[in-house]
Amino acid sequence: MSEVNSVEKMELKVKDIIQKYGSDRGFVVPILQDVQKEFNYLPKEALNAVSSHLDVAISRIFEVATFYKAFSLTPRGRHQLSLCVGTACYVRGAPLIESNIERVLDLRPGKTSPDLEFSFDTVNCLGSCALGPILVVDGEYQGQMTVSKTNKVLKKLGKKVKTDEN
Amino acid sequence: MVNLTIDKKKVQAEEGSTILKAAQSNGIEIPTLCYHDELTTSGACRLCSVEIKKGERTRIVTSCIYQVEKGLIVNTQSERVMNVRRLVLQLLMARCPESEIIRELAEKVGVKPQPRFKPDEDKGECILCRQCVEVCEEVVEVSAIGFSYRGADKAVGTPFVEPSRACIGCGACAYVCPTGHIKMEESDSGKERVIWDKTFKMVACKVCGRYFAPQEQLEYIGKKTGVPLSKLYTCVNCR
Repeated sequence: MSEVNSVEKMELKVKDIIQKYGSDRGFVVPILQDVQKEFNYLPKEALNAVSSHLDVAISRIFEVATFYKAFSLTPRGRHQLSLCVGTACYVRGAPLIESNIERVLDLRPGKTSPDLEFSFDTVNCLGSCALGPILVVDGEYQGQMTVSKTNKVLKKLGKKVKTDEN
Repeated sequence: MVNLTIDKKKVQAEEGSTILKAAQSNGIEIPTLCYHDELTTSGACRLCSVEIKKGERTRIVTSCIYQVEKGLIVNTQSERVMNVRRLVLQLLMARCPESEIIRELAEKVGVKPQPRFKPDEDKGECILCRQCVEVCEEVVEVSAIGFSYRGADKAVGTPFVEPSRACIGCGACAYVCPTGHIKMEESDSGKERVIWDKTFKMVACKVCGRYFAPQEQLEYIGKKTGVPLSKLYTCVNCR
């Protein structure tokens, strides 16, 4: 019963979002962005609702939703970590940070932890190479990253970090 | 009408027509995989590349989408064109090592699989020409299939990679597919048809008893044209 309700609620939310854009199919991308902001990812039911309210085939919506890396079809974590592994960050030690985050969170890049706390992925350049290596924590750029600094960041986000020091 | 020259032959073509069309109607053969008369041209396979000369400059263009121009000099067999064609075939062969039609086209111009292009194992025979997607959207008008993801992961299929609700099992996608990537299978009795992981019940003709079309397709046609289903349940041969 509650499942039916949540799907209905989802459809109402999607309808509101679409009406904000005047039900114009040209706004598919911003609509999907808003839907993702609302649910933290793009649930299948929400995509179906977008398709029926915009009168665009679900196959077209699915094309758009899978084309852009900014969209996720699987739930994303409460905290989003993006590590830059572009050339400048890479030579300044991003791979070490990457393997440290992988070890501490037990998470491969592009994956989300089962408890939906953390999502971790790598990006190829954030355009601020002078700050490298950069870790983006929930949208906030943190420059000159080191392994011990990432441990601090993860601790702050509520992750128990085991290091050699303690 | 526009006058142009293709392979030293003076030809005429309608304004807005393409080099490929002009060549075909004058008996000049240009190889192509992804071109279909009735569908939006995607220019995806690049096999129909030709060399054009405007004034002093020459360049390579895709003949299926390049519109004819007055005084254009087209060469479909020059060394430069053949180099492009051979490279395109080498890449297509690496993408679809199992494809028979690509192998045949390659043999025609003497192309062998290249060790420098590692063959793909997961692409099947799909060259991403988008003809199936277009026929589904423009001709059948159900838009059951589409592309998903991008770059190396790009693939054709149904949304969420599960049996599509929109698909009517008509098989138009399998029909237009130039390489035979899309598989449509019928059970031995002919009672069932499987395409895109969806099983369709076939309807037997009221007169001859032959299983000739999926139930969902006939219902769709009935809804669209207003022809009563009782009429549609007779196959085309018996009507």
